[in-house]
Amino acid sequence: MTRRLLWAFPPVALLALVFLYPLTLVVQQSFQPDSGGTSLQPYTDVFASAAFREALWTTVWIAVASTAGCLVLGFLLALIIAFVPFPGAKIVARFVDVFLTFPSFLITLALLFIYGTTGIVGSFQFLTTPWGVLLAEVTYFTPFVVRPLLAAFSQLDTAQLEAASSLGARPLRIIRRVILPEALPALAAGGSLVLVLCLNEFGIVLFTGAKGVTTLPMLVYSKAILESDYPGACVVAVVNVLISVGLYALYRVVSRRAGA
Amino acid sequence: MLVHSRGARWAVWLLFLVLFLPLFALPLLVVLGASFATNWSGVLPSGFTTGHYATATRGEALQALTTSLLTAVAASVLALVVGTWAALAAAALKKSHRRVMDALFVLPVAVPSVVVGLAILVAFSEPPFLLNGTRWIVILAHTVLVTAFAHQSVSAALSRLDPAYEQAAASLGARPAYVLWRVRLPLLLPSLTAAAGLCFALSMGELSATMMLYPPDWTPLPVLIYAATDRGSLFAGSALAVVLMTATLLALYAVSRIRTRASYR
Repeated sequence: MTRRLLWAFPPVALLALVFLYPLTLVVQQSFQPDSGGTSLQPYTDVFASAAFREALWTTVWIAVASTAGCLVLGFLLALIIAFVPFPGAKIVARFVDVFLTFPSFLITLALLFIYGTTGIVGSFQFLTTPWGVLLAEVTYFTPFVVRPLLAAFSQLDTAQLEAASSLGARPLRIIRRVILPEALPALAAGGSLVLVLCLNEFGIVLFTGAKGVTTLPMLVYSKAILESDYPGACVVAVVNVLISVGLYALYRVVSRRAGA
Repeated sequence: MLVHSRGARWAVWLLFLVLFLPLFALPLLVVLGASFATNWSGVLPSGFTTGHYATATRGEALQALTTSLLTAVAASVLALVVGTWAALAAAALKKSHRRVMDALFVLPVAVPSVVVGLAILVAFSEPPFLLNGTRWIVILAHTVLVTAFAHQSVSAALSRLDPAYEQAAASLGARPAYVLWRVRLPLLLPSLTAAAGLCFALSMGELSATMMLYPPDWTPLPVLIYAATDRGSLFAGSALAVVLMTATLLALYAVSRIRTRASYR
């Protein structure tokens, strides 16, 4: 056993050096105001600022709304690809895989042409509002829901659907009573992953160039790089990490249950 | 088949097209179209030009592409080595230890990449490990971010591996190192290459942590795309984005060729 633990030591030590140690430094620095000493001063400063409270609220509601949108849209699309297959459905499923490998800011870049100031649809300032970010996040993260759903649907025995249908169940009832219960674990796992990713999303928000939409990751960036306020940036970072790691732990529990 | 009547089926397909095309196909087409244009004020882009590609493949842009490719290759190789080692070591541990190790190695997925960037910036700007201002800090950050994905996909593949092969090899007298090299790693090769492709693609498109710590002489392509759009050159930025996507897809294709060759062995 000790030999096996010894083999596990090098990668863990490496991770500790390049990831865990830096994170503890962030926590440590969040208690060290520029004036020196160790105090809760940075926390009280940041929590008192209206910009932080607004960023926290914006981050949470955009993430929750995006997740809801991704779940509805992803379920609908996966349902059609899996159970009402059309010629080319396989290609669409491949396209979804490719879509996952593109960087998120591409979506905002495209939306800048469609809805931006010199855009196709017109020059109304849609993208500089939270709704623009919401649309971009729903577009980018829906494939993260579609993929686990397609995997779950491929294990569903179609005989169940045929049986339900021959007994006179309408499509909506089959979806509600047969397909949805099978899809719930995949929906829960995909949804919580998307929620975490939305809370942490930076590229989409940065590319809108909107001063009106500030999320927590954006606040970390602007405090650290633009204002050189490291204690403040570390405080926001700690809050952001606590929210998303907490949710991610929940996701791991849910997906382990689903896998069991 | 969920919908049996012909008319209803067409209605469902139409709904699919109405949702799918504008949301997922249109953004990519728009970026592609804009990269060949100088002007876009109507429904279609106008002023056809390949000039953006001429500038996107030389000078500063070419250097950014090389920077991105080098960073992505270095980060994927490092992540693959560390992630595979960790997955193999964790698989040999008992269940409680394995859980702790798995949790540690997926943690970078949950932590916002901006915060990973900030943490590395804070930790490696001080004398014991002074990396700030060098290219190594960017490569290090990318490695930390993609190792979690490499570890996850390798350990998922390990848990699906049939233990009969390695037991047979061991019962015939093969030493553990030989079993690892000739039995387990070849069986893992398809998932290793898949993980390599994923790591490469993620590193190519990484923007959040990079924005926190890139030095002026090591500017990856996504940063250059942001700089272009930020100063209003959306069309030049689109051409750069198409170059980025093409490079990523070519690399993924090359990696998938290795995979198919391996699975026929």
